[in-house]
Amino acid sequence: MFSEWAWLIPALPAVSVLIITFTGRALPRRGAEVGLVAMAAALVLSLVVAWEVFSHNAGITQAIGPAGEAQAAPGGAEAFLLERGLTLTPLGGDLTVELGMRVDGLTAMMFLLVSAVSLMVHVYSVGYLRDDPRFTYFFALLSLFSFSMLLLVIASDLLVLLVGWELVGICSFLLIGFWWEDKHNQDASIKAFLTTKLGDVGLIIGVVALAGMFGTFSIQGVLDGIAAGGFEQGLLTFALLAMVLGAVGKSAQFPLHTWLPDAMAGPTPVSALIHAATMVTAGVFLVARLFPAYQAAPAAQATLAVIGAITLVMAGLLALVQTDLKKVLAYSTVSQLGYMVAALSFSYVAGIFHLFTHGFFKALLFLGAGSVIHAAHSNHMTDMGGLRRVMPVTFWTFLAGSLALIAIPPLAGFWSKDEILVAAFEAGGYTGGLVLVLGLLGGLITAFYMTRALYLVFAGEFRGHGHPHESEPAMTAPLVALAVPAVAIGWINLPFPAVQPLSFSSWVMFDVDYWVANPIELNAAIAALATALALAGVLGARAIYREAPERDPVHHLGLLSHVLERRYYLDDLYTDLIARTAVRDRLAPAAVWFSDRVLDGAVYWSGRGTAALGRVLYDTGDQRGIDGAINGLGASALWSGARMRLAQSGNVQLYAGALFIGVFVLAVVFATGA
Amino acid sequence: MQAVFPLTFAALLFSAGVYGVLSRRNAVLVLMSVELMLAAVTVNLVAFHGLVTTDVGDPLLSGQAFALFVMAVGAAEVGVGLAIVLLLYRNRATVNVDDADLMKY
Repeated sequence: MFSEWAWLIPALPAVSVLIITFTGRALPRRGAEVGLVAMAAALVLSLVVAWEVFSHNAGITQAIGPAGEAQAAPGGAEAFLLERGLTLTPLGGDLTVELGMRVDGLTAMMFLLVSAVSLMVHVYSVGYLRDDPRFTYFFALLSLFSFSMLLLVIASDLLVLLVGWELVGICSFLLIGFWWEDKHNQDASIKAFLTTKLGDVGLIIGVVALAGMFGTFSIQGVLDGIAAGGFEQGLLTFALLAMVLGAVGKSAQFPLHTWLPDAMAGPTPVSALIHAATMVTAGVFLVARLFPAYQAAPAAQATLAVIGAITLVMAGLLALVQTDLKKVLAYSTVSQLGYMVAALSFSYVAGIFHLFTHGFFKALLFLGAGSVIHAAHSNHMTDMGGLRRVMPVTFWTFLAGSLALIAIPPLAGFWSKDEILVAAFEAGGYTGGLVLVLGLLGGLITAFYMTRALYLVFAGEFRGHGHPHESEPAMTAPLVALAVPAVAIGWINLPFPAVQPLSFSSWVMFDVDYWVANPIELNAAIAALATALALAGVLGARAIYREAPERDPVHHLGLLSHVLERRYYLDDLYTDLIARTAVRDRLAPAAVWFSDRVLDGAVYWSGRGTAALGRVLYDTGDQRGIDGAINGLGASALWSGARMRLAQSGNVQLYAGALFIGVFVLAVVFATGA
Repeated sequence: MQAVFPLTFAALLFSAGVYGVLSRRNAVLVLMSVELMLAAVTVNLVAFHGLVTTDVGDPLLSGQAFALFVMAVGAAEVGVGLAIVLLLYRNRATVNVDDADLMKY
């Protein structure tokens, strides 16, 4: 009922973009109020839609009963799915594009996450960017981003999804380079744009391949086609792997993760909204959206597991050596996205539940980092320290977010990460084992680097300049508001059979049978092991950093530190070897030479040839031929006239003589002729 | 009567007129030569009247009548011509037709 109006959720920020763009500067709060109202309305609408969708799904699962005692769904009840659309002009052939919405559990969940985090970031940005000259522009971009992300989420058609996907990429580009006066920020935005674009090529190939296989761009059409069977397995695997490339680019997975840490060049609220909570999860969302398709392609699923597992450990290790607070969080985001991608190889619920909880606590961590940076006037943890006493609200909320990320029970991160590990364990096999082991190791690393960051920022003595103070209420209020879900959001999906029919796993299910067949369960051994590792990480870091945080021993581990500080030389590979040596020094000059000599030469010489031909034509054809003919006509008329006028001698006797001769000649002619 | 005699006479007379018109430089003589040609035509008119057969006849005697007309018109023409010559003389102080070349190219 309310879901019929779900299209309003992306439409509201779209209207807000227009209002802010055209009238923002004239408004009393410089456009911020429009964005705030639009996002607040979108959040309310998201809550209503989510309530309708979730209660429908929970109603079905309650009728089935607690997980583990599964029977078939009563009366063949279906999970909530509502599709409405306007068919756009047919493209010819059988292909049509539908501007449509698809509302189901996943959509409702993403609506909640995006609109809630976006609203918090809007509130926070009012304080954070108060003195920025491009305040109005910033809020226009925030609204544009919210619209694009919600469009991506609501799309019922792969092409519309692609439009949203590219739009969020553009917003990301614009917002990373928001302070474009600094060359470093420009470079970061271009790097982010180009790197994600590399993945987008894969996505487009995947979308076209799926459309080619099933004859439709509609997501439901593709899923129906897979359910019906009879497709070519290899082609499906190819299409889904191509889409994995898109997800790898957008969700900053190995080996295309290098853009995300650089993307921290943007304003911190942007990092929280786009580069932690929402846009970077688009890749995860894409895989979740096509989850039944991935189930039909085990090779693609295994790829997801391997990529995710590599990413989560690799990025976690990188987070260890960062001195920039935002980069610690950025690598942490990459790492957590690795968990999500790996999880989607085994379990739909585990992957998107971690997406959901991570969105809240990572947004909180970024906003907290922004508050700290605002106070210390530096991104670097070497310039911080001792902020616990002067910034109590920031400290406690940041601590809550950190503990949620470290996965200390009963905070949010514990439940969602635990479900991933359990899913990996139950799936077994090589990929399951890999994800389980690396996931546990990643938990240890996560605990270590977050504790290190906490000590460097909040403990000890202040090492920076000036007198830091707590941020204004517009910035601390969102921190407090986000700390609540960071602590408690994990409780919506407790892995106990009795509560499962009422919890997250049932709210977002795409299929009743899948929910029945894949119950969320607690594995006490894994939970205990993960918690023990997390505590070990916390205590280990505490032992190292409690006394003298400024010494930072991770930078004195010889070769290991060096490799990590150089980011595995991947940036060197991409930037120096590929971008500079191969592209700039070899490919670009060759392209320039080709352009200069061959293309421009062809153009130049054809131009010269045309000019010469024109000159010849002008000289011979025009000047001599046409003008000559006309001038010749005139000249010959003059000439002949000059000759003929001599006959006009004015001598009447001559005229008369001529007349007589003429008459005589005519008389002779007529006389003889007749 | 043989028509050939008057016709030959008229032709000779006409030729003399033509010669006079074409070769004389004096405007008065040119005018006189024109009169000679006119007279030759008048002779022809009278001579051709005699050639017309009597049974068809020329009851109106149109040959002779026209001859009289031509004489009358010729007299008027001479009047006009002499007036032109007179004016020419007044303007140019000569009656040489070669000098009357205002219409030259």
